[in-house]
Amino acid sequence: MTNHPGLAADFVRDNERAHWHDGALWFVRQKRDKAAAAVPEWEQLREYAAQIKAHTIANLAHYLEEFERNASQLGVKVHWARDAAEHNQIVHGILAEHDATRVVKSKSMLTEECHLNPYLQRHGIQVTDSDLGEWIVQLRKEPPSHIVLPAIHIKKEDVGTLFHEKIGTREGESDPTYLTAASRDVLRKHFLEAQAAITGVNFAVAETGGIVVCTNEGNTDMGTGLPKLHIACMGIEKLIPRAKDLGVFLRLLARSATGQPITAYSSHFHGPRPGAELHIVLVDNGRSQVLKQPEFRRSLNCIRCGACLNTCPVYRRSGGHSYGYAVPGPIGSILAPSRDAQEFATLPYASSLCGSCTDVCPVKIDLHHQLLAWRKNIAQRKILPLQKRVAMKLAGHVLQRAWLFRLTGKLARLSLAWLPRWMVYNRLNAWGRQRDLPPAPPHSFRALYARQTRDK
Amino acid sequence: MPFTLDKHVTSKQEIVRSISGQLLQAVSLPELDNFGIVYDDPLVQFEQTLAAVGGSAIRVADRESLRRELPQLEFMSTCNRIHCRVDCGISSTVDLDAVADPHELDDLDVAIMPGEFAVAENAAVWVTDKGIHHRVAYFIAEHLVLVLDAAQMVHNMHQAYQRLQFGDPGYGVFISGPSKTADIEQSLVIGAQGPRSLHVFLLEH
Repeated sequence: MTNHPGLAADFVRDNERAHWHDGALWFVRQKRDKAAAAVPEWEQLREYAAQIKAHTIANLAHYLEEFERNASQLGVKVHWARDAAEHNQIVHGILAEHDATRVVKSKSMLTEECHLNPYLQRHGIQVTDSDLGEWIVQLRKEPPSHIVLPAIHIKKEDVGTLFHEKIGTREGESDPTYLTAASRDVLRKHFLEAQAAITGVNFAVAETGGIVVCTNEGNTDMGTGLPKLHIACMGIEKLIPRAKDLGVFLRLLARSATGQPITAYSSHFHGPRPGAELHIVLVDNGRSQVLKQPEFRRSLNCIRCGACLNTCPVYRRSGGHSYGYAVPGPIGSILAPSRDAQEFATLPYASSLCGSCTDVCPVKIDLHHQLLAWRKNIAQRKILPLQKRVAMKLAGHVLQRAWLFRLTGKLARLSLAWLPRWMVYNRLNAWGRQRDLPPAPPHSFRALYARQTRDK
Repeated sequence: MPFTLDKHVTSKQEIVRSISGQLLQAVSLPELDNFGIVYDDPLVQFEQTLAAVGGSAIRVADRESLRRELPQLEFMSTCNRIHCRVDCGISSTVDLDAVADPHELDDLDVAIMPGEFAVAENAAVWVTDKGIHHRVAYFIAEHLVLVLDAAQMVHNMHQAYQRLQFGDPGYGVFISGPSKTADIEQSLVIGAQGPRSLHVFLLEH
């Protein structure tokens, strides 16, 4: 079972690094605010985006079949995969058919979710992640820690050491411009040698059969422009009905993600390149189950912009790896338990329920409500750790009885002031582990309020 | 073969069955007509936004000025491998249509290409592979220069999609600035995997 509090405790042990991580993401959040404020119709755009998504999800089967029909007419081979295993088999099958053993891949959270890289590597296929951040974490044999900024947890000095070891850059050199230039030279060779390109999909348009992929580096287009095989992998929720809906989503995506007005490249693929093949793999992998649950259905709206990660006070201070899932942060804490509630039972608690995620979400997912709904779900299924279960039961018991609540408050005010330290800060007091409790007030709120009304 | 036609049908049927039969609240699609920000001077908005995303916009009064100014770009003096599809006084040294394998374009120094139209709100220029053998030219060149008619400027992305028709096989891309990354400590570096610079010439006639 993924232990978010435990992994988060490891992360914050390096205090200086934890604060640096927090600040780096807050900087991105501020850029997002500036970009959103520059669009007067921002709130209307969010509303439109949510409407388009709700409409699509309600008619998903229709739009998937329309997409397949139109894409096939353009010469695309469309595949359907029920789960991660089938997706990986399909991708490997296509590559094997073309004798492709060297592949470049641009960013795709779906292939992370399906663990495609290790699967292909076991079958003797060399996969190079061509997005710089993804390549850095791949060289470190780590998963990405953020869905848009995969290497946000890594300092430039660490990248310098890594590149010195792996690609022979000068020792001690950590200048981002120098390191990026060095990676460009090495990745260029991978692009030229690749026999196939795998990409993700940001949006698939039912009425045209086209797919849209957004990058800043141009790595999707470098990757797909050279070899004769392009495999695009997408979750079935990536569909939108009309080309003009792209106007809404492309205006929201990059502004929400990094504060850019749009990504440097928004590439529209309609059919394969002349003389080449384009395969599109439509993947369910649990999405149809989410669609059946009214309280979690809207999580399928997600366009993977990462805004909820950047704003989340818990994500910023615990790092992406503490979530143990391909998608971390508030949205990951909803998606992960949908896959396996037992394994990811601690994630819905990785939130203060402050609601900031809901405020910034460009497609209006009610994130903090869903996190709360998951807590209820997990509590009802009794998959909480014992300590939390007992504490909840106790709190519930006290809060239901006014006299007991008063008594407990009185006892707490007294005991916090007089008890020796070792009795307050023991193993059972999870809130006292990293910090001292605030001094107890001499009087309860109830007493102060009573006095005030009496004095009036 | 790890998968067969039968399995394809089964997986598709299973997914479609699984997502059908849910009675969800009907939500209609928004119209999106006459929606979105408009600018007093879209050209200025475009120029400022392009500068902010690391590119440069250059207004030229007519074709003569384009012929005079484009060759003055700093990198042009050191570029030998040039592909040019625009009437601007520069001749191609690389004939894209004569290249059989796009891998041969690895050492392309500069691509000078026409843009169809541009979007003021985000400095995106729409280009396609119509009549172009190797779309990778937009990305593999060290420097990219786009030339378009300044009158072909829309205000926002909604207007942009009103102009676009997708029906036939083809490829198109909105390009907004040069290739860039901030994957190392959020430091912006221009010239990641694609072009190291983007210049957009706006021809005012």
